[in-house]
Amino acid sequence: MTRYESLEASLGHTPLIGLPKLSPKSQPGKPAVRLWAKMEDRNPTGSIKDRTAMAMIDDAEKTGKLKPGATILEPTSGNTGISLAMVAKVRGYKLICVMPENTSIERTQILEMWGAKIIYSPAAGGSNEAVRVAKEIADQNPDWVFLYQYGNPANTLAHYQTTGPEVFEDLPTVTHFVAGLGTTGTLMGAGKFLREKNPNIAIIAAEPRYGEVVYGLRNLDAGFVPELYDASVITRRFSVGAEDSVRRVRELLEVEGIFAGISTGAILHAALGLAKECVDSGVGADIAFIVCDAGWKYLSTGIYGKESDPEVLDGQLWA
Amino acid sequence: MSIAASSTTIDVRIPTILRPYTNGEKVVTAEANNLGELITALNAKYVGLGERLLENNELRRFINIYINDEDVRFMGSLAATLKAGDSVTILPAVAGGCK
Repeated sequence: MTRYESLEASLGHTPLIGLPKLSPKSQPGKPAVRLWAKMEDRNPTGSIKDRTAMAMIDDAEKTGKLKPGATILEPTSGNTGISLAMVAKVRGYKLICVMPENTSIERTQILEMWGAKIIYSPAAGGSNEAVRVAKEIADQNPDWVFLYQYGNPANTLAHYQTTGPEVFEDLPTVTHFVAGLGTTGTLMGAGKFLREKNPNIAIIAAEPRYGEVVYGLRNLDAGFVPELYDASVITRRFSVGAEDSVRRVRELLEVEGIFAGISTGAILHAALGLAKECVDSGVGADIAFIVCDAGWKYLSTGIYGKESDPEVLDGQLWA
Repeated sequence: MSIAASSTTIDVRIPTILRPYTNGEKVVTAEANNLGELITALNAKYVGLGERLLENNELRRFINIYINDEDVRFMGSLAATLKAGDSVTILPAVAGGCK
């Protein structure tokens, strides 16, 4: 079915694409180890966050929290804001995003294009600061609707009801599910669903490791763990730096022709590490990983150029 | 046999917020065979650092520690083993990624 009644109705059911060249060769006589990319850039605004945004708005409408003409407030480093901006535009809401000042220029341009207002939070502290500032603003403006993707169960539920089932439907033999760790919604929701289907599945988190400025908290108590996070869902968790992420995102482009955003490089790095472990131990695997978005929004960083240096990402939130 | 005689020297990356304890050093070394021993050894060299990492003998909620980029909480936490060539990274927990 490729006909939809509206843009919103085309959400999800993204393709799962095999990576025949990037998947490592198994040892002779041993079962195959295969990598599969879940192409979330094929969503209405081009990222996995369309699932989160639409689920949170649907839920807020159903519970009466969101009324016609209301103003929505959200801390975001980009994609959730872009998804919310599209839905807000279509459904007649106003949107204010609190976004760290050290994100790519394209994110601001796209948000403004859909009519969102942006309040910048300081670079130091990264998304932690955006969350803190947004919470403060929410307290001062009780008539604004604070959806709060880090603590909103509708975020997790979206992935439990859509992302997880889609992966399982397309790949019932899935042995590993690898996704990025931000709000944790994808891993919590899809991970929980997939484990119910296969208790032995490995749910793997790939967490971006940024430059020092992002970890520049005033004190350790200003650290942040999203309210949605439940460590029991996760099997292993990897921290992936900009250099490995950029190397992998280029490899994905050069070897398989897939043009993905930088955070996907971090996820692929973890997925390839697992694939190698499986080959080394002679076990077969079907490793599904998330392509969060395409690379368009990150062109201004210059990281796709052959001569570019991943250090340009040092002060940025690149995922 | 003393621990030091059989232990491995490990590089440990220290985040900005904890560098006042390491005289500003970004990377320090200590000898240990597992993470618990490593933190004990670090605290002996850099007094006070241990209690910034641990509370009631468990990792503090807003502290993440990685051995070769893998989160120790999924590798046995303080019992996570260390071997020659491993590198350890300490980071405060921050929001981030794919938002």
